Amino acid sequence: MAARVLVGVKRVIDYAVKIRVKPDNTGVVTDGVKHSMNPFCEIAVEEAVRLKEKKLVKEVVAVSCGPQQVQETIRTALAMGADRGIHVEVSGKDYDTLGPLQVSKILAALAKKEEASLVILGKQAIDDDCNQTGQMTAALLDWPQGTFASEVTIDGDKIKVIREIDGGLETIKINMPAVVTADLRLNTPRYATLPNIMKAKKKKIASVKPGELGVDLTSRLEVLRVEEPAQRQAGVKVETVEDLVGKLKEAGRI
Amino acid sequence: MSALIKARKAVGLAVGCGARSLTQLAELPELHQMMRQTCRDYADRELAPIAAQLDKSHTFPAKQVRELGAMGVMAVEVPESLGGAGMDYLAYSLAIEELSRGCASTGVIASVNNSLYLGPVLKFGSEEQKQQWIPPFTTGEKVGCFALSEPGNGSDAGAASTVARQDGGEWVLNGTKAWITNCWDASASVVFATTDKSLKHKGISAFLVPMPHPGLSLGKKEDKLGIRASSTANIILEDCRVPLGNLLGERGMGFKIAMQTLDSGRIGIASQALGIAQAALDCAADYAHKRTAFGAPIAKMQAIQFKLADMAVALESARLLTWKASMLRDAKKPFSKEAAMAKLAASEAATFCSHQAIQVLGGMGYVTDMPAERHYRDARITEIYEGTSEIQRLVIANQVLKEYQQ
Repeated sequence: MAARVLVGVKRVIDYAVKIRVKPDNTGVVTDGVKHSMNPFCEIAVEEAVRLKEKKLVKEVVAVSCGPQQVQETIRTALAMGADRGIHVEVSGKDYDTLGPLQVSKILAALAKKEEASLVILGKQAIDDDCNQTGQMTAALLDWPQGTFASEVTIDGDKIKVIREIDGGLETIKINMPAVVTADLRLNTPRYATLPNIMKAKKKKIASVKPGELGVDLTSRLEVLRVEEPAQRQAGVKVETVEDLVGKLKEAGRI
Repeated sequence: MSALIKARKAVGLAVGCGARSLTQLAELPELHQMMRQTCRDYADRELAPIAAQLDKSHTFPAKQVRELGAMGVMAVEVPESLGGAGMDYLAYSLAIEELSRGCASTGVIASVNNSLYLGPVLKFGSEEQKQQWIPPFTTGEKVGCFALSEPGNGSDAGAASTVARQDGGEWVLNGTKAWITNCWDASASVVFATTDKSLKHKGISAFLVPMPHPGLSLGKKEDKLGIRASSTANIILEDCRVPLGNLLGERGMGFKIAMQTLDSGRIGIASQALGIAQAALDCAADYAHKRTAFGAPIAKMQAIQFKLADMAVALESARLLTWKASMLRDAKKPFSKEAAMAKLAASEAATFCSHQAIQVLGGMGYVTDMPAERHYRDARITEIYEGTSEIQRLVIANQVLKEYQQ
């Protein structure tokens, strides 16, 4: 039985909130805006908890990187069934520039430190849509990766992953330890039950600094400008197919 | 002079339920925030999308009730040893408010099960009764109901005409109960009957009756204005026999059980009313941003703004009263006055907010395309059941006058 699963959970602006760009175009407004766990991270937590319920893993550890507020996100993971949490303290400027490279370095360091046999992450975060952390973490650890997973089956010390790819579904078998990233159809995350919320209160969240893990938070990226998407223009109705083709040619589309 | 001291003491008692409690009025503890969030998520994703359909088809949301049972919401205060969530009444109030915001019918189904059925069994039941009558009703598989009102008396609970007499090793119940929420979907009921008419309200006793049961039949489902996904009907008892062990509490204790149960139930209904009011406010505010008239969104107009402000104030005041009543109950302090105030304020806030929401929506508020009309219909009952607004005023006045006793 695999000892430990590490699950990364990211605190992001809630999916239902209308995003507003800051007047200085340096980013989006986050103050006073509702935040919640990244939906793909919820799916990752759910998968990890299910593996524990099937007794295929012994312990689920939820990890989040950020300021004090991310503890709420970790606690939500605990309420869903994770056993303990690790809060990697990153705040201020470091948090503003925190991206997949630094997070994957942190996760790789923790995976080694915690002797995890499996790291499950959401395939991407809904704020930056990078879709990089899982892949980078696997590369840093030199572990196999099963990304965009829509089904995960543990078989001894191997994992069968069915991946959602452009052409359909791809089935691969990878050795543990491994990194898996969760896609939408992997599972439907459970609602935290009231008894589990009560239990989550007693579960431990350890705090650690990136420096203690030997990770340098310097970003290799610089955000130049953030803008709203272009306003949607009104459509144009045409009479015939010839007119349509003509208009498309005019617009340089074909 | 002594009256003034007594009054001051009463205020002191109410305010001094602990510094921690007052802080809770300002911001809920993390535990409560988390459970509120989980209930809100459930209501947004699972209840709100089907509420209109449930209302139209008068369908009991059995699947949702089971899911809520699994979450612990059908038995919030019941200890874990009996299958409940083991949380406090503040948590319960938050849960009912969030559920009702999604679907008011589901809110009342959960509230009746929690406060009116599990409540009295938990408080007045023997160990054996608790083991038998609680665990199956915590999972959402079974729900209970509360049979106090009769065709001849609602507010006048002391005038019960349903009788219970002993015959051998059994109680035999005869009579009719009216307006029983959940009854068509229930597997048990707490039934109030008089065991000694001459003692008037002191002669009423409470009984646990399984459903279905020989001698117990249900009247036709009422065709209600609102909360239509919950069933409401008469319960007819004709020589309905239950074992002697089904007496809840002691003989003659029924009225006291009913009144104490309703004190807590009031917090549940207040919470339901808050949920309806909040849903109405959400609907109106959202619409005000989007609807344009005279060249701008109607949210820019003071007439609309004043309505929204009044709605928000009514709602928030009622909410704080409800939280306070819950916290007093959790601190095991007297809470009858506050519970009555909460129920009165919240139910009037619900009817006010839903009325104004329709006004903000204009024509759209009158049609089923928008939920405003359903909130209006759902809100109305909150001023009537579990103690009419008039009864609440009597309860409050009674308490207030006691504080100034000459």
